[in-house]
Amino acid sequence: MPETAQKVTFRGGGFVAERKRGVGIAVFVILLLLAEWGTRTGFISALTLPRPSDVAYTFVELYNSGLLFKHLVPSLTRLLVGAALGATFGILIGVLIGLFSLARAGLVPLVAAIFPIPKIALLPLFVIWFGIDEASKYALIAFGTFTPTVVATYGAVDNVDRTLIRMGQSFGLSWRSIVAKIVLPGAMPGILSGLRISLTIAIILLVAAEMLGAEYGIGAYILQAGSLYDLERLFAGVVILSILGVIVSTGIGAIERRMLRWRV
Amino acid sequence: MDLQAQNIHHHYGPTEVLRDITLDAPSGKIVCIVGPSGCGKSTLLRLLGGLEQPTQGQVLQVGAPPPGCLNPLTYIFQDFALLPWRTVHGNVALVLEDHRLSVSDRESIIADVLARTKLSEFADALPKQLSGGMKQRVAIARALAVNPAVMLMDEPLSALDSQTRELLMDDLISLWTRQPFTAVYVTHNLAEAVRLGHKIVVLSRRPGQIREVVDIDIPLAERSYGDATLERQQQHLWGLMRAEAAAADAELIHA
Repeated sequence: MPETAQKVTFRGGGFVAERKRGVGIAVFVILLLLAEWGTRTGFISALTLPRPSDVAYTFVELYNSGLLFKHLVPSLTRLLVGAALGATFGILIGVLIGLFSLARAGLVPLVAAIFPIPKIALLPLFVIWFGIDEASKYALIAFGTFTPTVVATYGAVDNVDRTLIRMGQSFGLSWRSIVAKIVLPGAMPGILSGLRISLTIAIILLVAAEMLGAEYGIGAYILQAGSLYDLERLFAGVVILSILGVIVSTGIGAIERRMLRWRV
Repeated sequence: MDLQAQNIHHHYGPTEVLRDITLDAPSGKIVCIVGPSGCGKSTLLRLLGGLEQPTQGQVLQVGAPPPGCLNPLTYIFQDFALLPWRTVHGNVALVLEDHRLSVSDRESIIADVLARTKLSEFADALPKQLSGGMKQRVAIARALAVNPAVMLMDEPLSALDSQTRELLMDDLISLWTRQPFTAVYVTHNLAEAVRLGHKIVVLSRRPGQIREVVDIDIPLAERSYGDATLERQQQHLWGLMRAEAAAADAELIHA
């Protein structure tokens, strides 16, 4: 038999998420440069898209006039209060559903019924219930954050390793200890990734909440600009929302890295 | 304290898992339960420690647990069941936190069991940093911390590679020799059974029934890897189980 040697060709590799630095920023920069170039050369008409440099100029103007913080502070307060209320109640109800079959049987269908309602559709109802001022805005954001948090939380509790719970029982741990030391820490990864989604929803609902007769606020600012077709100001407002979203996402990422160091 | 199972029958729905099991785990001895896969050995162990209720029959604790015992019936699980978010120290502390112990008492218990399982220098490590053998030693340390009357061990070495298993078996033997404990040890590995068991209970395939009880009189410390007498015992056990295991393997699983 003739011995012809043939090199074994490499056919593995790929299908792995690798960390690429700077690519995300590069995409932003390239898109902005394209828009800038297009609007300057007239390839993109000024009506279609505002010039990025004009948006940046508007933003600087907003900052210099001191109006930025006049808009930002009430918005952040609404976001914080509303999201905190919604997430707290959401986690509470989610844990109850995860732990008690009765709560599950009673509340899961209710949550499923509430989830798909566009909260904006309920604006008039919120005004009647909570009045036209801050309370109705808090309620709207809280309500929108609540349902996704509930669903994520009870899913996370369901996913806690049952063998760990049996272990706790076999050592005679009290019910409270099992919940506090095994169920809650075990559900933490799922709860945090749920918060990532529900806090983003809170930012979306901020604009809706500020439709309710708000004089100041990022949402109010965007709505005013929108009704005047003032695209520069509209985009300046949208950029603020985007930055908020990135901050929330990095914040949760940092909490995850701190609290979930034990994960493999 | 002895642990006795009396006429235990167990069903999962229409499936009969265990039939008329009566066995006795006398104080200071290790009872091994062997049987083909799916014969209900692990179920029997869960029944013995009260993690499941038998359809019929009862499990009795005879006599008082030793003084200072915090949890008479204590399990060691096949998959270790360590909390991944707690350190080695924290995992052992977990089972002491619900008891009224002073901080110094608790710390001295933890230091003692970690020393006995040769883990003292890894007290601050997280489970993900440990090898399989070390994880199981943490689980053993945790079990020792509550000073159990009976240890219920569910295939504690089955998730480990064979070298680690040998080492851990030696560890178990030296732990027992220093301070004899009572244990019910479920395994499908006959070599483990003849090394660690004072009494070996052979179960048939489902529904699990006791086929034979083999006593081995050689002291644990004198049993060594590849001992001729043990080899013969192991052959005898395999002879008992071979046909059962083959038949069990050919059955459909209706679980």
